[in-house]
Amino acid sequence: MEQPYAIEMLNITKRFPGIVANDNITIQLKKGEIHALLGENGAGKSTLMSVLFGLYQPEEGKIRKDGKDVKIENPNDANDLGIGMVHQHFKLVECFSVLDNIILGAEPNKLGFLKKAEARKKVMELSEKYGLHINPDALIEDITVGMQQRTEILKMLYRDNEILIFDEPTAVLTPQEITELMQIMRNLAAEGKSILFISHKLGEIMSVADRCSVLRKGKYIGTVNIADTNAEELSAMMVGRNVNFHVHKEEAKPGEVVLDVQNLTVASDLHQNDAVKNISFKVRAGEIVCVAGIDGNGQTELVYALAGLVAAKVGRVELLGQDITNLSIRKRNDMGISHIPEDRHKHGLVLDYSLEDNMILKRYYEPEFSGKFGIMNRINIRKYAEKLIEQYDVRSGQGAVTLARSMSGGNQQKAIIAREIDKNPELLIAVQPTRGLDVGAIEYIHKQLVAQRDAGKAVLLVSLELDEVMDVPDRILVMHQGEIVGEFDPKNVTQEELGLYMAGAKKDKVEA
Amino acid sequence: MLLLIQYTLLFASILILVALGGCFAEHSGVINLGLEGIMVIGALGGALMMRYLPSGTSAFVIILLVVLASTLSGLLYSVLLAVAAIHFKADQTIVGTAMNMLGTAAATVIVKALNTAANPDDVSSTVQYVEEKAAFIINIGGFEFNWFMVFTVIALVVSYITLYKTKFGLRLMACGEHPQAADSAGVNVYKMRWAGVLISGVLGGLGGIVYITAGVSEWKFEYGVAGFGFLALAVMIFGQWKPTKIALAALLFGLFRALSNVYFGFDFLVNLKIPSGVYNMLPYIISLVVLAFTSGKSRAPKSEGIPYDKGSR
Repeated sequence: MEQPYAIEMLNITKRFPGIVANDNITIQLKKGEIHALLGENGAGKSTLMSVLFGLYQPEEGKIRKDGKDVKIENPNDANDLGIGMVHQHFKLVECFSVLDNIILGAEPNKLGFLKKAEARKKVMELSEKYGLHINPDALIEDITVGMQQRTEILKMLYRDNEILIFDEPTAVLTPQEITELMQIMRNLAAEGKSILFISHKLGEIMSVADRCSVLRKGKYIGTVNIADTNAEELSAMMVGRNVNFHVHKEEAKPGEVVLDVQNLTVASDLHQNDAVKNISFKVRAGEIVCVAGIDGNGQTELVYALAGLVAAKVGRVELLGQDITNLSIRKRNDMGISHIPEDRHKHGLVLDYSLEDNMILKRYYEPEFSGKFGIMNRINIRKYAEKLIEQYDVRSGQGAVTLARSMSGGNQQKAIIAREIDKNPELLIAVQPTRGLDVGAIEYIHKQLVAQRDAGKAVLLVSLELDEVMDVPDRILVMHQGEIVGEFDPKNVTQEELGLYMAGAKKDKVEA
Repeated sequence: MLLLIQYTLLFASILILVALGGCFAEHSGVINLGLEGIMVIGALGGALMMRYLPSGTSAFVIILLVVLASTLSGLLYSVLLAVAAIHFKADQTIVGTAMNMLGTAAATVIVKALNTAANPDDVSSTVQYVEEKAAFIINIGGFEFNWFMVFTVIALVVSYITLYKTKFGLRLMACGEHPQAADSAGVNVYKMRWAGVLISGVLGGLGGIVYITAGVSEWKFEYGVAGFGFLALAVMIFGQWKPTKIALAALLFGLFRALSNVYFGFDFLVNLKIPSGVYNMLPYIISLVVLAFTSGKSRAPKSEGIPYDKGSR
């Protein structure tokens, strides 16, 4: 009898000290199907995949390939069984060509000498067959994220992998690239490849998957046929309650101009050309303005220049009518700029400090905390930290003295938000504030942003997530290659339209 | 003029060999600051081999044994770096510095002990190899052709092919750029890094023996190799970690180093009345200037100097 399953993970249980990461989980991947694996952060998806790749050995349960029990003790075993994975963070050597990256580790050779012509032929055939359109000689650092991902896909195909795992593949793509990827996945499945698609984006799962298995807090919730379900049901399975996808907010009442950016140009660290090119815009009190765009189009440098982390090359930045272009970071803070940084580990927290010390990082010098002679007043610091922990529901192992490093990502982010919002800023700059957080935490952070707006503050949000871009702000500015190429009211624009602007296919003349 | 070319080629050979060594280590992801020490130990191995070979040994055997002794000494010494950097994840800068100090010191102690044992009145750290050195040299007209020049050209060609045309080279460079990527593709990163460091030991050791036989027939090991290992690192950076560019950079630096040996042969240079110390300093000054202007744009292997840990991803 023909075995219907390409790979089965049966009753897998994996425990770590103090936590059951996978509790009796069963996933069966049929041949030629696209099977989605849905779950929030911390639901156990990564652990399950690590078990499949032999990075962890499960305490209980077994893995079957084509109906036969197999042992997977390291990634090479998985590779030998034809299991391949496109990682969320690509594993590509940037200064190598596409071809070199594909053959690395499985090089066709004669006595150790590379046979590149042969490799190229095979790669081009595969590229043709699945419609991947790659340029084998381009260097990884010069190509788009979409093509990098297709390179990763070719790496798997080149090794004749039959079971393809995509780990959150759409996080870094434009809407058009996502559509292309979905098509590629369908092609692959049609050719008999079995695909496991890890995601927490319901729309994509609904559009491409055949079946979907849901994990929550390490437990297996169930497997459903996509044809028999809908997004609401899936999300309820994932979160365990009904979630509000949409942010409820009243109509904005913009007041005076808080942030006025005039003809700002910022040089780039990495490249010869400027990262931000002559852009102008205003943010008013009581509105949320979102800078949308694909990662690496100058958003980071723009925020750095506003927050004072890098100097502007040309142009002027005003806060409430005062020129702050050349002020220090501390002065900007004191004048009312709060900054929730993109990289919370690098710029947001001192990871080896306690939570309470992180809470006062931007106001330790105030008399309340450092007294008359510069001696820290630990009693006041503790009181203040505990007030914030209470108010913003920051959860940690040992309260105020917990090391920031040991906290979960969501709570680290809450700590930063508590610190930045409690300063009562005029302008709140939030850069990807929900990156890597689960649905519950995202909901909370969005509410905080809207609350700031309703309190009459100006909010500048920088986001890569289209859902967030459509939902939270009152105004959208799209950045592409350092320029603002479009301004929209989120009520009057579609995601597809935004995608075209983000990819640079469309461009408006935008006046500040 | 012939003398200038001869010395330029000879010094360039040393720099090429040692810089290629550094190039292999760094492409594998390990910074080898200990090249200076490796050169000294390689030189020691070669010098002692020359000293203890019976006189009358044929030139071919001398060349073979001396080269073997130096490369093997360099290789063994580089094991220190490999173990510390790859397995104990030590700070590679500090390990390299320690190797440089240890290299010169150990060589001096060993040579002094040997000298004193042979003759109780001899407390110098000098090894002589007047006769044996002749084996490496063939006189063509006034030009002293040195077999090491051939070795260097071979090393250069082989390095180029290894790095760019073989499976080994592709894997080696992947480990220096993105070891996680290499690992996920089934490449054993630890093995590749060992290979890179050991190759740098072999080439560094060979460079050492060339250095102490260049122009002199005895060597005082207290001097170490006078910063040539670091000069080679400068050549490697100026050469952008690429064999062909390293060769060109080495010729440039070799020229300046050679000038200090032979500038008195050029009337116009002598007439300038510049003290000889200035010529001696030239290669080092040039390397400072060149690096100050070029190292900003340099493209070092991205993951060099970062110990690889399988667990972190």
